Amino acid sequence: MKKIRVLVAKVGLDGHDRGAKVIARFLRDAGFEVIYTGLHRTPQEVAMAAVQEDVDVVGISLHSGAHMTLVPKVINYIKEYGGDPDEIVILVGGIIPEDEFEELKAKGVDGIFIPGTPIAEIIEFIKEMVPKKKKKAKIKKTT
Amino acid sequence: MFDEKKLKEIKEKRQEWEKSCLEPFMKKGGERQEKFENLSWIEIKNVYDPNDIAHLDYIKDLNYPGEYPFTRGVYPTMYRGRLWTMRQFSGFGTAEDTNARWKLLLKEGQTGLSTAFDFPTLMGLDSDDPLSDGEVGKVGVAVDTLKDFEILFDGIPLDKVSTSFTINPPAGIILAMYVAIGDMQGVPREQLRGTIQNDMLKEFHAQNTLVLPPEPSIKIIVDIFEWGIEVVPKFNLISISGYHIREAGSTAVQELAFTIADGMAYVEAAIERGIDIDKLAPQLSFFFNSHNNFFEEIAKFRAARRMWAKIMRDEYGAKNPRSWWLKFHTQTAGCSLTAQQPLNNIVRTTIQAMAAVLGGTQSLHTNSFDEAWALPSEEAVRVALRTQQIIAFESGIPDTIDPLAGSYYVEWLTDKMEKLAWDYIERIRKMGEGSVLRGVLQGIETGFFIKEISNAAAEFQREVEEGKRIIVGVNKYTIEEKLKIPILKVDPEVQRRQIERLKKVKAERDNDAVKDALDWIRNAAENNENIMPAVLEAVKAYASVGEIMGVLKEVYGTYKKPIII
Repeated sequence: MKKIRVLVAKVGLDGHDRGAKVIARFLRDAGFEVIYTGLHRTPQEVAMAAVQEDVDVVGISLHSGAHMTLVPKVINYIKEYGGDPDEIVILVGGIIPEDEFEELKAKGVDGIFIPGTPIAEIIEFIKEMVPKKKKKAKIKKTT
Repeated sequence: MFDEKKLKEIKEKRQEWEKSCLEPFMKKGGERQEKFENLSWIEIKNVYDPNDIAHLDYIKDLNYPGEYPFTRGVYPTMYRGRLWTMRQFSGFGTAEDTNARWKLLLKEGQTGLSTAFDFPTLMGLDSDDPLSDGEVGKVGVAVDTLKDFEILFDGIPLDKVSTSFTINPPAGIILAMYVAIGDMQGVPREQLRGTIQNDMLKEFHAQNTLVLPPEPSIKIIVDIFEWGIEVVPKFNLISISGYHIREAGSTAVQELAFTIADGMAYVEAAIERGIDIDKLAPQLSFFFNSHNNFFEEIAKFRAARRMWAKIMRDEYGAKNPRSWWLKFHTQTAGCSLTAQQPLNNIVRTTIQAMAAVLGGTQSLHTNSFDEAWALPSEEAVRVALRTQQIIAFESGIPDTIDPLAGSYYVEWLTDKMEKLAWDYIERIRKMGEGSVLRGVLQGIETGFFIKEISNAAAEFQREVEEGKRIIVGVNKYTIEEKLKIPILKVDPEVQRRQIERLKKVKAERDNDAVKDALDWIRNAAENNENIMPAVLEAVKAYASVGEIMGVLKEVYGTYKKPIII
């Protein structure tokens, strides 16, 4: 059974990396293959890593309020570099106002995890969403 | 501390108590947990008594407030003479937006200003830099040139108010801007009061606003010391910080140890430059976190004062008693705030603020209840300020100095935390082969601090995930949330307006003067001279933060943080 590959990404100037690092550790301990981008990555760098590493999940961590600009950029660059955002599970975590969830989801985000979310919930979500999204993408391609 | 014979009697009494009084209760129901540990994983006993602190001497280890080793406070009058400064960290959008919020806070009774900058400014980038897209004005005020400072301080007299600036790589630039504003207002430079955070070591450990590599970063900090002690003698030239180290997930002991170690590193660097330690020390200040475990935090603050006094007097030979004072600002723990049931945060902030006051802080910021969601709304920051005011005027807590002194528990814990912190400092000193400065630099290179902090953060999270460490509203007493609190939104036009302003400033300024000043900075940097006179000149010519940092990056290179989970 191929391991689920997760890219945990810090995009933009935000330096808050405690959440991203703790989640990266827990996801790794849960059996996923985890790649952490480190801090201060541009949307292009995150997208390139996602495509080159052929990940199943991209988890973007943001506490800077810049999510509305940066997350769509990451998704668009993934497309530009030949990745398929319809197949890759896109997650966002950090400080995201509730009234912006809809817009992010409309732009292609699959799950948003605010402070206080049990990590077990994130793990379950990933396990469920990865095959689900892949299946949907496959159907879309063959119709 | 106590009479030997009495202590023996008390010890026997305890044994008797344990057998006849405690044991039946333990057999019947026992205790709520197998063991009780604080947030440094120090095991806390059921009850403390005189024997736990018998080894302490009142005069040697505590003494009176204002007397070495200052365990009970740096001033003899403390809050009876003057309350702590109520200094709310704030800023967002453009300088106009922040100026308005500042005026509101001053009207509501805060007694000092504290500036939050946006990420581009923190990272030394201008608002029109491609890397700034989407970030301008979001987490703090956008400052590109002196023009923004003129607007920021409009109607704010620099001889009447002190201002703190949370700024690190560009700290020298911001200090120069403040001096320039003071000059414009006609305030003598010797009267300017405030603080620049200017603590790069903890950036490498935790806060991560990273631009230049460690050695040039320290060189510039020492430039600021050397220049600042002459030009702005009443201004705190650094805020040696543990707050961010704690926010990144460290324990209280690590926060204490790493902060003190960083302080020692800076003192060593200053001594290496030939700076008179007694001239500099009164302009050093500290910044701690105040987290949930009430007594642990109080003990931490008291231990910090005692440690610093010993270090400055006995280790670095400072002669002026003022040099031995650890003065600090405190912020209640941002990382303890929950997004769930946000009103609960008011309670957390209150407990944490009380600990800071009982710990003798000189200045205090209280978090707003909505900060797990956004920057503080007006309503939320008002409550945060009222929290301080209620403690100050209604609780009676500030009416006597260091009221917890003599508590068997608090004195035991103060001593314990001091000892554990010394262990870390000795480890760091060993890493530096006798020099704490070299030890800290070594630790930065090997990732020592990052790993210690990261491991503590992961362990804490493990306890939360397992339900061993309870967070009310998060892993216990949860509800179906329906968020109703108003959330501050930063005007989306801020970025565009700021970029336009920058364009206008660049068009209207004397660009030759800017070029000359930038060349002077480059020259000074390349020749290992103090860059501050050149920085002040550049700032007055309306050179931008990005332009000045750009020159420094050219000379010193850019730092890339190692990827360590």
